[in-house]
Amino acid sequence: MEIDPFIFRLSIFILSIFIGYYVVWSVTPSLHTPLMSVTNPISSVIIVGAIIAGLAGNSDTIFNTSSIFGFLAISLAAINIFGGFLVTQRMLAMYKKKKKDK
Amino acid sequence: MLSANLSAIFYLISGVLFILALRGLSSPETSRQGNFFGILGMIIAITVTFLSIGNFSTGFVVVLIFLLIGGLIGAFIAYKIPMTAMPELVAGFHSLVGLAAVFVAIAAFLNPEAFNLGSTGNIKLGSLIEMSIGAAVGAITFSGSIIAFLKLQGIMSGSPITFKGQHPLNALILISIIVLIYLLCSTQSSNLFWILLAVSFLIGFLLIIPIGGADMPVVISMLNSYSGWAAAGIGFTLENTALIITGALVGSSGAILSYIMCKGMNRSFFNVILGGFGATEQSAGEKNKEQRPVKSGNADDAAFLMKNASSVIIVPGYGMAVAQAQHALREMVDTLKKNDIKVSYAIHPVAGRMPGHMNVLLAEANVPYDEVFELEEINNDFANADVAFVIGANDVTNPVAKTDPQSPIYGMPVLDVEKCKSVLFVKRSLSPGYAGIDNDLFYKENTLMLFADAKKMTEDITKNL
Repeated sequence: MEIDPFIFRLSIFILSIFIGYYVVWSVTPSLHTPLMSVTNPISSVIIVGAIIAGLAGNSDTIFNTSSIFGFLAISLAAINIFGGFLVTQRMLAMYKKKKKDK
Repeated sequence: MLSANLSAIFYLISGVLFILALRGLSSPETSRQGNFFGILGMIIAITVTFLSIGNFSTGFVVVLIFLLIGGLIGAFIAYKIPMTAMPELVAGFHSLVGLAAVFVAIAAFLNPEAFNLGSTGNIKLGSLIEMSIGAAVGAITFSGSIIAFLKLQGIMSGSPITFKGQHPLNALILISIIVLIYLLCSTQSSNLFWILLAVSFLIGFLLIIPIGGADMPVVISMLNSYSGWAAAGIGFTLENTALIITGALVGSSGAILSYIMCKGMNRSFFNVILGGFGATEQSAGEKNKEQRPVKSGNADDAAFLMKNASSVIIVPGYGMAVAQAQHALREMVDTLKKNDIKVSYAIHPVAGRMPGHMNVLLAEANVPYDEVFELEEINNDFANADVAFVIGANDVTNPVAKTDPQSPIYGMPVLDVEKCKSVLFVKRSLSPGYAGIDNDLFYKENTLMLFADAKKMTEDITKNL
């Protein structure tokens, strides 16, 4: 009997929760705000679903109800991806060490 | 056109890059590299999606246009936003993840053929379950984050909104969501799908309104976690590894942050979520109305005390963020350092409105991160320090948490500020903090209250140094 592919995805999911658990505990508390601001753009990888939905129509009907929701989701996710990574970059650039010569 | 297997491998790679992005945050030195890994992972995921569909017709152009519109808005926000507004920004971004998840679920429900999920009205059972869970959690994330955003922004009052029968109503709605998902799966009715979304939006709203302003660190972390689970739900529907890995990472990240925040307040997660702090504690605050003598001083007195100190510990809180006093504070510290006074910063886990809020503000004001310490690292140093400078913090310094088992904050880890030789307390008035209780520290022999706006007082002290 073959194993349902769902089981493989579930395995990836469960193992990733464990990875997440250990990786996040090792994040230093002073970087908890950048941690939250970077989780937003990476969970916006949901954009791949939005792109699939947006490109699903054929050339006559680019805009149907399904693809319009796809297009809107693309914009929402893009706000997060660009905004989230850039603001995190801006924040991280501020974390500086004490200058040695002081 | 990319084969399904090859694109799956690329999605796996981008998932791994996202793990490395979070891993990078374990220290400020590696964090920028981590962010770069995240960006790389995203570029790979998006490119692979385009290549695997292989449709570069008019639709492709439309997709790019929407991508650019969003990207420009995002980039604009990222450059314009002041660091003090970070909690609102993060709450706002959470809501967008939630809404995007809802939209993708709707698109997949309306056009399942595009996602290989069966046909309209006959969607594969597993996919339908995953899709409806993703959509419901996404909707809760969206409306909950909107409320959190409004509360943080001050558009909506930060005080808890409670009404009779709130908890039974919420429980009823949550049960109805489960029933709706069950019915949806057995009937495939699109009406049920819309009702499910509407009810989920409603519960997200109802869940957050009873939670007060200072509990926002927990709320933001919790919504962070939800946005992850929503993404994972959609990831299962789309059979996309990158999305499943990310969803799990973000989900557990948010959950851990909520746990750390709850521990920082010594309250259980359910105690926070069910609201009511402040509502029940009000009476306790009013009992302590009797007048007690307080020593208050001006900037001159404070400057004198600090000039004669050899070590000073700064304790910032939400009030510093409100007054935007971080730059003035750093200037004061610079002056102190010129006089060979040792200065460090003590950060309580729940200081501010989101995890790490104070650290970001201090970093913005160019405070080196190796002068900033967490509660456990610095708490023993208060006994050896000459002056504690409390700016905009209150409950997190209250010694009553260690002494009075009757107090609502009993057991909460607090900074041992009272062990310092003298304590300077910058505050606008004697009013109690969020927990609604009086702070004994105000009336101690060695405490000097500085009644003023945090920023103005700090600037005045600098002038007097």
